[in-house]
Amino acid sequence: MTTLPQSTRTKLGLVIDLDTCVGCHACVISCKGWNTENYGAPLSDMDAYGAEPEGTFLNRVHSFEVKRDTAPPMVVHFPKSCLHCDNAPCVTVCPTGASYKRAEDGIVLVNESACIGCGLCAWACPYGAREMDGVEKVMKKCTLCVDRIYNENLPEEDREPACVRTCPAGARHFGDLADPESAVSQLVAARGGMDLMPEQGTAPVNKYLPPRPRDTLTTPDLASLCDSAPEAATGFLGWLDRALERL
Amino acid sequence: MQSQPALNLSPQVSDEVRKTTCYMCACRCGINVHMKDGKVAYIEGNRDHPVNRGVLCAKGSAGIMQHLSPARLRAPLKRVGPRGSGEFVEITWDEALQTAIDWLRPLRKTAPEKLAFFTGRDQSQSFTGWWAQAFGTPNWAAHGGFCSVNMAAAGIYTMGGSFWEFGQPDWERTKLLLLFGVAEDHDSNPIKMGLGKLKARGARVIGVNPIRSGYNAIADDWVGITPGTDGLFILSLVHELLKAGKVDLDYLIRYTNAPYLVDAGTGLFLRDADGKPLVRDRKTGQAVAWDSAGIAPDLAHGMERDGATHLPVFRHLADRYLAPEYAPESVAEKCGVTPAQIRVIAAEIARVAFEEEITLNQPWTDFRGLRHETMTGRPVAMHAMRGISAHSNGFQTCRALHLLQILIGSVETPGGFRFKPPYPKPPEAHPRPHARHATDKPLDGPHLGYPLGPEHLLIHEDGTPKRIDKAFSWEAPLSAHGLMHMVISNAHAGDPYEIDTLFLYMANMAWNSSMNTSQVMQMLTDQNEDGSYCIPRIIYADAYSSEMVAFADLILPDTTYLERHDCISLLDRPICEAEALADSIRWPVVAPDRDVRPFQSMLLDLGHRLGLPGMVQEDGTPTYRDYADYITHHERRPGIGPLAGFRGNGEGKGRGAPNPEQITRYIENGGFWIDHIPEDAHFFKPWNAAYQDWAVARGLYDKPQPYLFNLYLEPLRKFQRAAEGHGPLQPPDHLRTRLIESMDPLPRWYPPFSEPEADAFPLHALTQRPMAHYHSWGSQNAWLRQIHGHTPLYVSGDIWTEHGFTKGDWATLTSPHGRVTLPVVRMDALNPDTVWTWNAVAKRRGAWALDTNAPEATKSTLLNHLIHELLPAKGDGLRWANSDPITGQAAWYDLRVRIEKAPAGQSVSYPDPAPQHSPVPAPPRNLTHQKKP
Amino acid sequence: MHPAPSLILFTVLSGAGFGLLVWLGIGLRAPTGVAAFLVFGMGYALAGAGLLASAFHLGHPERALLAFTQWRSSWLSREAVLATATLAVMAPHAAGSVFAAAPMPVFGWLGAALALATVVATAMIYTQIRAVPRWHHWSTPPVFVLASLAAGALFVGRTGLALGLLLALAVAMIAHWVAGDRQFERAGSTMGSATGLGALGRVRLLEPPHSGQNYLLREMVHVIGRKHAYKLRLIALGFGALLPALLLVLPASYVGFGLALMSHLTGLLAQRWLFFAEAEHVVGLYYGKR
Repeated sequence: MTTLPQSTRTKLGLVIDLDTCVGCHACVISCKGWNTENYGAPLSDMDAYGAEPEGTFLNRVHSFEVKRDTAPPMVVHFPKSCLHCDNAPCVTVCPTGASYKRAEDGIVLVNESACIGCGLCAWACPYGAREMDGVEKVMKKCTLCVDRIYNENLPEEDREPACVRTCPAGARHFGDLADPESAVSQLVAARGGMDLMPEQGTAPVNKYLPPRPRDTLTTPDLASLCDSAPEAATGFLGWLDRALERL
Repeated sequence: MQSQPALNLSPQVSDEVRKTTCYMCACRCGINVHMKDGKVAYIEGNRDHPVNRGVLCAKGSAGIMQHLSPARLRAPLKRVGPRGSGEFVEITWDEALQTAIDWLRPLRKTAPEKLAFFTGRDQSQSFTGWWAQAFGTPNWAAHGGFCSVNMAAAGIYTMGGSFWEFGQPDWERTKLLLLFGVAEDHDSNPIKMGLGKLKARGARVIGVNPIRSGYNAIADDWVGITPGTDGLFILSLVHELLKAGKVDLDYLIRYTNAPYLVDAGTGLFLRDADGKPLVRDRKTGQAVAWDSAGIAPDLAHGMERDGATHLPVFRHLADRYLAPEYAPESVAEKCGVTPAQIRVIAAEIARVAFEEEITLNQPWTDFRGLRHETMTGRPVAMHAMRGISAHSNGFQTCRALHLLQILIGSVETPGGFRFKPPYPKPPEAHPRPHARHATDKPLDGPHLGYPLGPEHLLIHEDGTPKRIDKAFSWEAPLSAHGLMHMVISNAHAGDPYEIDTLFLYMANMAWNSSMNTSQVMQMLTDQNEDGSYCIPRIIYADAYSSEMVAFADLILPDTTYLERHDCISLLDRPICEAEALADSIRWPVVAPDRDVRPFQSMLLDLGHRLGLPGMVQEDGTPTYRDYADYITHHERRPGIGPLAGFRGNGEGKGRGAPNPEQITRYIENGGFWIDHIPEDAHFFKPWNAAYQDWAVARGLYDKPQPYLFNLYLEPLRKFQRAAEGHGPLQPPDHLRTRLIESMDPLPRWYPPFSEPEADAFPLHALTQRPMAHYHSWGSQNAWLRQIHGHTPLYVSGDIWTEHGFTKGDWATLTSPHGRVTLPVVRMDALNPDTVWTWNAVAKRRGAWALDTNAPEATKSTLLNHLIHELLPAKGDGLRWANSDPITGQAAWYDLRVRIEKAPAGQSVSYPDPAPQHSPVPAPPRNLTHQKKP
Repeated sequence: MHPAPSLILFTVLSGAGFGLLVWLGIGLRAPTGVAAFLVFGMGYALAGAGLLASAFHLGHPERALLAFTQWRSSWLSREAVLATATLAVMAPHAAGSVFAAAPMPVFGWLGAALALATVVATAMIYTQIRAVPRWHHWSTPPVFVLASLAAGALFVGRTGLALGLLLALAVAMIAHWVAGDRQFERAGSTMGSATGLGALGRVRLLEPPHSGQNYLLREMVHVIGRKHAYKLRLIALGFGALLPALLLVLPASYVGFGLALMSHLTGLLAQRWLFFAEAEHVVGLYYGKR
């Protein structure tokens, strides 16, 4: 169904905190592990032990450096997977209906048994969220762990995407971004959550929380914190004596 | 238009979940291993586990690929080609064990010290050490001397514990965290979880690190310090805090030796007739024993005695650090920071510590019997790792950091730094090192320990070292973890003596676990004139086809971590939390499909065949069937065994008779055991009566042992005095000056020993391990090697511009010892005088079952090639160790280099050692083997 | 974008084939018998070969029939439907011409319209992709359509028509390049917008997510030297439009038409190679490739 739903009942998605992500790749590998065993075809690794290993990953962490004029450069670790866009261009281009956006929760999925492996959806995605599997020759993408989040065989607390469950720093949050009261929506509101490439008109569901301001420490000088400057009058020893008397 | 496909939203996840402990790094997180059709299918974190609470890093989740690695050894191997070639034949276990027996039995009967048994990332050190003790060789240690002994030893000596396994920031309460030299490798998930907590509540993190990556990337403030100058930076913070009077005097008086009076003549503490250190009582002006009731110990004034003024420690301390040499202006340039940066950070520490203090309404009683209604804390926490410790001034730098923590009263107080049981444990509570050996007898005690003076050194009467690695000799008096990195070069040189058999476990000494890799490979293959090898026999036990395999004569293949029993023991490096005692196990969630044996069980078998005490019963049968049996039944002291949980009838905590059902109980409990510390014992542990009593009940101590923190470290002064010529044990003359300079009882900073090379080698070169790799293991992992498959050299923008680098260029780094060539990448968030690359990625061609043209071999190298275990000759006829002079810790972060653009056309990294034959079959090309149910 | 030979061949050959069918459909030439067999055969062969080449691009060609289902929303599906419809609708006209010397203009005109629509659909597959700003421009369909019609005109040997179309194609190609060179900037995607970090400072890639290759880089990130591109543009323009146009103004001959056609197709292969190779996908921003 390559037409997009008019609206979805919920908008499930991720909120990724760039202030907190340490770039450890935990989400990358837990995603690889879960999705090799679950939804659709396994994620293959071509030339796995060779000179040019190249596998399918649904989530990858980039590292950027930001140079600033008056402050030290920053390094920002940047996980990226499917943003489950409201206006998903990858869905509408699909000739077979394999790509679709679920009406109930907005998750963008590939029905692999209908995928002819033309690759057009990957071209249509500005974010590089889709990768053709080298062995299976079908398009793979983040499923938002659709086979976890509703899975009655999992304990309730585990019904979240594998990447969120595993993130050691808690930099990934999962929830309904259509509900302004949800924890993720609140986080987006409080921290200025942003869209990636808004100019592409994709209306991504996933949001990114920008890094908090860095290198802003300008505490007043120590002297202003002192009740009585220890070096005054009697020097350090005098201060020490007075301080000891007060104990 | 099609309709949405119907999905099965509740697929069966797996047939069964088996809960065990990860071994993809040293973190020891709990994992849920999902099984399908009896095979490992998926690994995730165990939500109940105290270490990781369900989260898991990239390595942990990739454990399945480690378990299925084509680099797994398949059977015992006997070398048939020359050493280093990698030519082996597979042999039976009987032949392998008999070979080992034939080599080892004569040694035990004639010269047990000729067996050198060293283990690498061993998590069973209390067991391997016990085995070595039973064998009778003094030559055993693990990799700590190469790794972080400065940190561990400085922590134990100063305050009874250090970071990581010893303690942790109070993640729930701290408001300011300072990270010094922390790459992500140690305690990785707990630190990430902790940082996440801080970030979630907007607490400030300050990263002090030449490289702004990983944790430092998310630090709110970054200090791009020059390597090796952290100690100076820290002492300048101390200077500022003292100057402003922002120190916790009450805390210092109660819990530290700040009031102790120092004998003006000897530099030792003034003591009473019972040997108790004296303090001056402000009320009476008299010198009284430090623990006298009702006194007001003085920090300001000393005592006149015998015509000299004996000042309290705090006065010595203040005099030293208030000196202008520690002022921000004096140190800033050397540290690569601005004076303002130092001031602002000192002010922030002071502000948070003293204006945002935390008070918990939790009464407690101290060891003096004094009841406190509340617990007051200074919510500034610090954490440090190898960046400060792997320097030749690392011990003193680590001491300086603890000094800073203690001065503001933030150790073991709410919001500060907290010990994890069995710590706190002062040096006095640790054993002394032992090396007395005799033929056919066990060693006289544990190998490693904490010397309290020259009398505890392991030296012969003529001063020569008793140990092959020269640990606990005048060259490295406090080498509490041994000096694994010196074993091969010392054995090769026959200095202090020759050995016969080098037995290594999980230690990739022919590659990334040695300094000076190229020459170590040479030493391992060097032959005497008669064609015999300089190191006659090498036995190596590992699960994988590492570089070291090629250099061994006999290979004893180990299982993977999912195929064997292990215990993460309180006797070893436990997994406790600040508020809980905990330990855990591994158990075979799958059986090996190869002719391999779990190392520890194999070692017990070997011990039984050798007739080692404790491993064979009177009737000649083995004491322990296998390692699981040892874990269950071994007792180190009566009632105290490798595992603390479910002892006796299953209810025993810490103490109790062996329980045959213990491992079953652990498995039922998710692979671990946890016991929470009572709330009134959560803080002030070294002085908290409730904690001390609880620790005794749990078997951590046999009696309460409160102690004071050592701002002034008297044992160091004892070594210094010996070097000054006092006492019966005297160091060799050439070491005197260095001992006097380095073994200062108050923390001090001196330049790293590589400083004189600065003119010719102006840059610092560092390595750090990527978050997704651990030591060498990552590269055999089909998933992880895709993330970090090569080691580009990161250079600062200044260097990039100065040398005219462009994308795709290669650079050659030259040190006084060698050169390497690597592709360059620009990084601006970097100390301008520093270059760095990833450690543990580079591989020798032919190792780890990788293609010989793998990027790990062709676009990667180790900086180890640039680092020598000895410093360059200084013209004094001596070659000094490239180590911390106190602990012997390998000073690999002292490395200095110069950089040049490599000529165009470079396409393969240098050095590029000849390929080794792979003893395992070629791997599959593409991986798609995972099966769906 | 990776200039995949299968796609270059497909678009050039099928474009020429459908162009030829357009002219045959409207009866610009109305051959019969063997001559009809040859020219219709040529049109069908080229269109068919192009479709076959595009099938090589598929991971699962056995499921290709599914590609006919999504014509409501997908230009690729429309292309498949239109191409098949063209060949089917044109068949009576072609068969009539070949076997009965009785062209069937209704089918011919309808087929021609479908053939033209097929070429437009092909162009729209690329034009619609906003993530490739160079393609996402009104000038893309004219290049495809004019190239197709010009090739067809050369096949049917209509000098004036071909000349006009070739010159128009030259203008369209130049317009596409000139506009295309500004398209990325106009689209407004930068490393700053891609990462959301632009407001903090100047963003650059420090480390790619994986040290090795991946599908995205192979498929969508193709960096081509400016000089190289300039040369190829000259080849595309020269061989694809100007040289054949020149050949056409020379006295007409079969050889001249043949040469013009060969030149045009050669030039077009270069144009199509550039069409892909020069097209920057915004995903390159995440890899510091621009």
